Amino acid sequence: MGFEKFLFYVFAAITVVAAGMVVTRRNPVHAVLFLVLAFVSSAALWLLLEAEFLGIVLVLVYVGAVMVLFLFVVMMLDIDIAALRGQFIRYLPIGLLIALVMVVNLFLVLGPSNFGLELFAKPEAQPADYSNTVELGLQLYTTYLYPFEIAAVILLVAIVAAIRLTLRRRPETKYQDASKQVRVKKGPDRIRLVSMPALKEKSK
Amino acid sequence: MTTLTPSLTSSMIAILPELVILVTACTVLVADLYTRDDQKQSNHNLTIIGLLLALIAVGFVGGSVPTEAFSESFIRDPMSDLLKGAILIVSLLTFIYAKDYMRDREMWVGEYHVLLLFAVLGMLIMVSANGFLTLYLGLELLSLCLYALVAFDRDSKQGAEAAMKYFVLGALGSGMLLYGISMLYGASGGFAFADVAAAVASDGVNDKILVFGLVFALIGIAFKFGAVPFHMWLPDVYQGAPTPIVLFLSSAPKIAAFAMAARILIEALGGLQSDWGEILVILSVLSLALGNVVAIAQTNIKRMLAYSTISHVGFIFLGLLAGSEQGYASAMFYSVVYALMSAGAFGVLLMISSKGQDVQELDDLKGLSDRAPWLAAMMALMMFSMAGVPPMVGFVAKLLVLEAIIAQGMVWLAIVAVAFSIIGAFYYLRVVKMLYFDKPTTEVPVTTNASARVAITVNGAAILLLGMYPATLFTLCQQAFPG
Repeated sequence: MGFEKFLFYVFAAITVVAAGMVVTRRNPVHAVLFLVLAFVSSAALWLLLEAEFLGIVLVLVYVGAVMVLFLFVVMMLDIDIAALRGQFIRYLPIGLLIALVMVVNLFLVLGPSNFGLELFAKPEAQPADYSNTVELGLQLYTTYLYPFEIAAVILLVAIVAAIRLTLRRRPETKYQDASKQVRVKKGPDRIRLVSMPALKEKSK
Repeated sequence: MTTLTPSLTSSMIAILPELVILVTACTVLVADLYTRDDQKQSNHNLTIIGLLLALIAVGFVGGSVPTEAFSESFIRDPMSDLLKGAILIVSLLTFIYAKDYMRDREMWVGEYHVLLLFAVLGMLIMVSANGFLTLYLGLELLSLCLYALVAFDRDSKQGAEAAMKYFVLGALGSGMLLYGISMLYGASGGFAFADVAAAVASDGVNDKILVFGLVFALIGIAFKFGAVPFHMWLPDVYQGAPTPIVLFLSSAPKIAAFAMAARILIEALGGLQSDWGEILVILSVLSLALGNVVAIAQTNIKRMLAYSTISHVGFIFLGLLAGSEQGYASAMFYSVVYALMSAGAFGVLLMISSKGQDVQELDDLKGLSDRAPWLAAMMALMMFSMAGVPPMVGFVAKLLVLEAIIAQGMVWLAIVAVAFSIIGAFYYLRVVKMLYFDKPTTEVPVTTNASARVAITVNGAAILLLGMYPATLFTLCQQAFPG
């Protein structure tokens, strides 16, 4: 119990510090890397909650795929940090004030007086042969079948919307059409035989 | 573990309207690939057929006895039947009004139909959600489609700016809602509205957490409605987005937002009515005041109608905060009627926009009665109805809401609402004056197609007839909230 608690505080501290770094770093690449750190440490928190599947998915999907894409985008864009920082400083006092009020509120509501162990008992540890993945799968395809299907539709909409907003056909762009390349025949498409009389270059 | 197999068939029948819309959207998505650019009429026809079939399906599965499906994620009850019907009818009007406008601007493509249909699907899911999870997913489906549709004109800088604002603020609103939901889940241990209602009713659960969750959920609702002080996105989005999208955005989603408010506030948190009632008083008075006063200063008609939306949201909230069955029914009546009025007003704006010339400014409406007398009459009808002039239905809607809050002894609120409605009547009537008494600024003839003319006539007739015979619709609204 003691060691588990220690681990929780270590990972929680890493998550909070990393999240703070994400918003304060000057270099956007550093910010993205700190976000990766925040995700990895929250994945560790999931593991402590015996939700192995969610922890692993968080690492695989967010860290492995989403954040790498993000990193590519950040590296390709030329972001003017100075302009962003100007705005940041300007709104800092009001932002801090609101954040402070929120933190006090959150502490009062989420603190041990409302969510303590005597009010919400600690869940029993699962037996060794318990599989989080199996349970999740069963729940998703039985109890939560309807929301699961709606989530699938949302992903479809995301694809359609993204393609509509970004795909433009530009006639002037040069690109290879693989299907046309494959269909080229050995005969008249590729090689054109021209008959012409023999020429001899005159030497001066 | 629950087994689904025996009830799967009955579950599928219960979600028949949603299934029809989903199948239509997917069919259009695929069929669009196989049609040439000059044959896009087929998309339109498929969409209209799908919406009509869904309307029939709503009637087919409807009834007075509520049915739950899919392990209680879904519910079909009299409220969902009526609201689904209203959403589908308003969406049909949208597609018919928008056809010429979108075709002239080369936006009449398959994705437009697909995204609008998925938005309709999202609203249907919201309306018959039986738990926070389904409700949230429906809301996200709707919002995602709307963000993309606002930016649908890719070459418009204003459109992109509006979409960006809408997206960021919408995501913030969703985040607030989600945070509130997580609090309610933490306090009650369940996603279903019934679980939360049970937690509210029991003494053992800490009220502080529930109220904390309620506040965040209410902020999310106010964001989606566009109530003051969460209205910042509304005027910019109305101005920047293509007019057909504004038509859609200002009508059907308001009905869905009402369903969201009713499910969360009444079904799940009905026991905390005294808490959310007080917050709604503030929101509704601010919305009525700001909406009506700021609208007077607008020269852009889309911005003016945006502020008018804000003031009407104030009225819908008034009905909700009454906290009685009569109040809920009057708010429901108001949201359905408002969607019809808004669809009609934007419909006229679409029909008088010609190729290459958008109607944006109030001055563009000057002397419309000389150019297109019938459309001018319809616009005047919508404006009278929004201002609350009898015998139009807008008057009845306002009257029912006021009656409900006076019955609860909140006379001062009724007086405030009436005072701001009178201020608001000024800018609606100014539009009527421009339509009939000013000289036209252009002589460009107004060309419209037959189906749009029929649609606007039906829309206008509905506003007039519902105003004279409101009993049928109001009885249906009352059946949704049996005491």
